[in-house]
Amino acid sequence: MLHRFATFVAACTAVLVLAGSLVTSTGSGLSVPDWPTTYGWSMFTFPPSKWVGGILYEHGHRLIASGVGFLTIVLAVWLWIAEPRRWMRWLGVSALGAVVAQGVLGGLTVLFFLPAPVSTAHAGLAEIFFCITVAIALFTSRGWIAGYGGSAEAGVDDRTLRGVATATAALVYTQIIVGATMRHTDAGLAIPTFPLAFGHIVPPVWTAKIAVHYAHRVGALVVLSAILATASHIWYHHRTRRELMRPATLLVLLVLAQIALGGLTVLSGRDMWINSLHVVCGALVLATSLVVALRSWRVRFADGEVARARAVRLQTDNRSWVRA
Amino acid sequence: MRQRTVWVTGLFSAAAVALAVSTLACGGGSKEATTAEPAAAAGAAGGGGQKVDPATAGDVTGTVSLDGAAPKNEAIKMNADPVCLRENKSPQFQETYMVGPDGKTLANVFVYVKDGLGNYSFDPPTGNATIDQKECRYHPHVFGMRVGQPLEIVNSDPTLHNIHAMPKTNSEFNTGQPIQNMKTTHTFTAKEVMVPFKCDVHGWMNAYVGVLDHPYFAVTGADGKFSLKGLPPGTYTIEAWHEKLGTQTASVTLGAKETKDVPITFKAAAATN
Repeated sequence: MLHRFATFVAACTAVLVLAGSLVTSTGSGLSVPDWPTTYGWSMFTFPPSKWVGGILYEHGHRLIASGVGFLTIVLAVWLWIAEPRRWMRWLGVSALGAVVAQGVLGGLTVLFFLPAPVSTAHAGLAEIFFCITVAIALFTSRGWIAGYGGSAEAGVDDRTLRGVATATAALVYTQIIVGATMRHTDAGLAIPTFPLAFGHIVPPVWTAKIAVHYAHRVGALVVLSAILATASHIWYHHRTRRELMRPATLLVLLVLAQIALGGLTVLSGRDMWINSLHVVCGALVLATSLVVALRSWRVRFADGEVARARAVRLQTDNRSWVRA
Repeated sequence: MRQRTVWVTGLFSAAAVALAVSTLACGGGSKEATTAEPAAAAGAAGGGGQKVDPATAGDVTGTVSLDGAAPKNEAIKMNADPVCLRENKSPQFQETYMVGPDGKTLANVFVYVKDGLGNYSFDPPTGNATIDQKECRYHPHVFGMRVGQPLEIVNSDPTLHNIHAMPKTNSEFNTGQPIQNMKTTHTFTAKEVMVPFKCDVHGWMNAYVGVLDHPYFAVTGADGKFSLKGLPPGTYTIEAWHEKLGTQTASVTLGAKETKDVPITFKAAAATN
């Protein structure tokens, strides 16, 4: 049950990322000038008849964020009560801290008229929070608890894979931050042509916005290379390991879709839906790369954790909520 | 262990209550937001305070023309707000290129004395400047006002707007006006040409204001004409600003009680996105 709820929270967070990206893609970030109120109303009593224009996106985003915040409180409390792994309890606390900080950042960016550093930090923390929810869902899964094969020794112990998968996840996050910087400095169309830059491989002219935009394009190629390296390693060395093969294959498909969406975003002049799907797909690339990385590290977690987690699973099955 | 569980659960519950209270703050209704700032010495030019002698003052007049065919104005879709659709029965277009009947004269050009006034000071303006949000459009689209002069912002629409000013020199502000006939007042404390306004709820709405520390400014109508009256003798730089076509400047030397005509021409090919 806990795993299912954690998965639900992660899914809701993905929806929240989409809602947040629509705010920026539609230029609605300041359509509600006040926070935490909405035109003087409590955000929960603001009349639906007034959810017009940009308010639909900004106010909707705030409501969804509140919902995710509430779900995170429930998740954190549930983890604290039911989880035998101390670090998991604190991971729930960190999720709660992150979502509260995220709400504050969102409010600050509105009150200070969307300063680029604050808006970019809001976007960056959103991805971190999403990663935490995905990690919690992963750590509470039967496969993780069982060690992917029934015992910790049966897990994949591949130092090269751990290195390349971890580096890939880090590169994906870096690329997301560059993309967020590009979005919030209005550099999304600084190079309005794709795939070439003003008819060249390297831009013939440079401004700060062109530099940020070009860095994001180069970053896409770097990330693609890292993902292909990770996936190739798994396909070649761990073909029989479903816990690695599935996310690795998904990761390749997602990054190809992401590059296509990025090109279409430019060619469409930043169509709001293509632009927003590009943001969400980026989050999914990050989450999937994180799953691959974490699963590559599974074998390094203590054996005792497996036994304790099994005991909890048994007791949960027996409808007991007391920690072992 | 059980005591710690109870304590921690209580802590989480308190956090949840705090989160709920903070988001339910100021429940119900709306607040009229007033963004009035302390008025600076309205309209006073920097410098020694010399007054203009009406006995020697002259005028600079002119016509702003457009060389070439005016680009088409972008059509506006107001689907985002049913009230805006209801308020506007006819098709709506941006007011970017407003020309006279012959297509040769240009409206919504802000013309002003950019340089040459030296040490003159001027009486503060009487009355307020006004911008109205009506039928989901700003009225006027381009206008001028004085430093320190109150700007009255009115929402005449039965829907909500936010008025978001994005100056570079003055302070940015973004005020919500959820109620029809709501008024808020704002003053700009520094001269700035031009300050854009937008509504983040209705993305098609835009307006521009020129804030000056003297009274010599005008906005052209469909006939392209402007008149800067009561200028003391001297040599001036006259600048004409258009939201897409950029600026054009002209120099004029005015003698005592003289009227000079300064034609200004914008090239249609200069239009930017």
